[in-house]
Amino acid sequence: MTVEAVAPAWPYRHLIDVEGFTRAEIERVLDLAIAMREARSARRNRSLLEAETVGLAFYEASTRTRVSFELAAKALGATTVDLSVAGSSATKGESLVDTVRTLERTGVTMLVLRHSAAGAGQLAARTTGMHILNAGDGAHAHPTQALLDALTLREALGGLDGRLLAIVGDVAHSRVARSNIHCVTALGGRVRVGGPAAWVEGFESWPGVEVATTLEDAIAGADAVMTLRVQLERGAQLDEHAAEWRMDDERMAWAAPAAPILHPGPTNEGLEITAELANGTRSLIGRQVENGVPVRMAVLALLAGAA
Amino acid sequence: MSSFGRLTDPPASLVIVGARVIDPAAGTDLLRDVVIRDGIVVEEPAPDAERVDGRGLVVAPGFCDLHVHLRQPGSAGAETIESGARAAAHGGFTTICAMPNTDPPIDNAERVRAGTVDGSCRVRQIGAATVGRAGEAVADLSGMVAAGAVGFSDDGAAVPGPELARSIFTALAELGVPLIEHAEHPELAAGGVIRAGAAASRLALKPWSPEAEVAVVDRDLKLAEQTGARVHLTHLSTAAAVALIADARERGVQVTCDVTPHHLALTDAWVAGSRRFAWEEPEPDPPRAYDGLCRVNPPLASREDALAILAGLADGIIDAIATDHAPHSAERKLVPFEDAAPGIVGLETALSIGLAAVEAGRLKLPVLIAALSSRPAAVIGETRSLAAGERADLVLFDPGARWRVDRDAVASGSANTPLLDMELPGVVRLTLAAGRITYRS
Repeated sequence: MTVEAVAPAWPYRHLIDVEGFTRAEIERVLDLAIAMREARSARRNRSLLEAETVGLAFYEASTRTRVSFELAAKALGATTVDLSVAGSSATKGESLVDTVRTLERTGVTMLVLRHSAAGAGQLAARTTGMHILNAGDGAHAHPTQALLDALTLREALGGLDGRLLAIVGDVAHSRVARSNIHCVTALGGRVRVGGPAAWVEGFESWPGVEVATTLEDAIAGADAVMTLRVQLERGAQLDEHAAEWRMDDERMAWAAPAAPILHPGPTNEGLEITAELANGTRSLIGRQVENGVPVRMAVLALLAGAA
Repeated sequence: MSSFGRLTDPPASLVIVGARVIDPAAGTDLLRDVVIRDGIVVEEPAPDAERVDGRGLVVAPGFCDLHVHLRQPGSAGAETIESGARAAAHGGFTTICAMPNTDPPIDNAERVRAGTVDGSCRVRQIGAATVGRAGEAVADLSGMVAAGAVGFSDDGAAVPGPELARSIFTALAELGVPLIEHAEHPELAAGGVIRAGAAASRLALKPWSPEAEVAVVDRDLKLAEQTGARVHLTHLSTAAAVALIADARERGVQVTCDVTPHHLALTDAWVAGSRRFAWEEPEPDPPRAYDGLCRVNPPLASREDALAILAGLADGIIDAIATDHAPHSAERKLVPFEDAAPGIVGLETALSIGLAAVEAGRLKLPVLIAALSSRPAAVIGETRSLAAGERADLVLFDPGARWRVDRDAVASGSANTPLLDMELPGVVRLTLAAGRITYRS
């Protein structure tokens, strides 16, 4: 990894969000992710993080994010410890700060944290010496998802300069949408959010973000479309939603020719997206999942000062 | 070195020489001496009286805080009547009015009597308007007035309506003491933790609609008009509520109101990590965002509303600054923002925030002094005067000196304020309550 040897030190101790990252910083993560992808298939860099112990504290259910962080840490030689929150002292009333401090004392050096409360990452970062990697905090941020989406989009479109990403669905409750807005705009792209009025409320105040309240307006001319998971527990009028906002091959014609479709997963097939579109040739959903491990390898290595 | 005294100490004799003496009751603002003999303001000093150099300093009437939480009984780890009274003296206050949301609540005459204490300041009690603050039955209002209650409130919530609110207003009209109303409609507030707006959207925190305040202010103004009761609306956070109050006053409604230092100087951008006052450009700082120390009810205002409130204070529409001093242990703040106990301590920083607004040209010093002293005192039937013959009840402070807000610098049992680590103007040198020195540095 001689290329990284001359790169300046990564300026951040934690990864709480991509908000505030410069374009150069994001591109550095993406370039490193590509190098990590190659290294992983060549089984190189397998002791890069051997000094680190990566803790996985998921207070909310997750499969793909947790597994890909764990695989990323292991691919670089880190020790991993999975704090399965159900059944641990965290569910017996121990506060987040107490749990985080305990993990630090046991020797965890990097903590991957998912929590239902927005700002949980900042709280952990303020109260421990570990590196904190935010794997989702409430509806606030999911930076590694935005970074893997950016890598996927960059590889599919050749770049994001001047490109329009449409994000449709329950944007107001989406950490994926918020982090993607920061990431795509930093890379020179534009974002349009679309959904029923209550699901895009407040986004008119975001600089550089357009708001649409019909699907056709939302994706018209978009260079890529990202549809979000309908959260069934939010009591959405599901039939209505499906009728008005479900992405299918026909509706993709409103977007730019050959525009790809993305989804952060897991999909509710038939609800926000048809199985045909999700599994068809325009779908980047599989690529998003594949990019999860190398992007997380890259951020782990950067935070640890190993790249 | 600083020291505290009590109202039970012997009266003081001293001469403050050459200070700027601001006396709102007399409408004067003069460079002069203030002579105190045996606790009384007089013309001729006692022969052996200590002389205090007041040059460059300001003398003002003792401050009166209409809204504090002392956590006694119930949460003495966060604050006690004793520590709260010291914090008050350190901040220049000589009277503080304690809200009844203790555990158990101050909802009967005996508890009012127990909490009416002369320590390092006068501690007065605001009784609960309903039994147990439960919002179901009217409490023994007249019994509590006889025991010394200076007002009533179900602070933490508005008195529920419409029938119960009306009977409380009617009873208070006869008793002549004010309802000190926390104007917040529970359904409209809907559990919001941050003012609705751009910061709420970026931070993905549950938004609080200003309608929650405006709706109750509107109802209370109508009830006050219909019943003749006095209503005092506390910790206003919306420009719309201030406008309604200005209109009602034109119609002759008996209404007074206060604003907290944090609602006129801090903004919702503080939740996003900014530490710039409302009259400065906000500077959000993501790593500092979501600090539980910024969680307060009502939530910190939008910048527009904070500036409108500050203008309302400058214009005299808003009567008073009240701190809503709300001590909490560090543990109750070191949790995710939405779970943090709402409240900010304010007794020791209120003058400093006011002086920061004065320095920024947003407020005139005599208006600030009146809003901290004579005008809130009038709401509870106290007077403030620096005229000869009065008992000395005053504060001497250095408006230009800076101090750093930190745990060791405050006398309160808690230090939950987002002003921590900031340097603020305004250092209190001397506080006298009822002729006794209660604080000196």
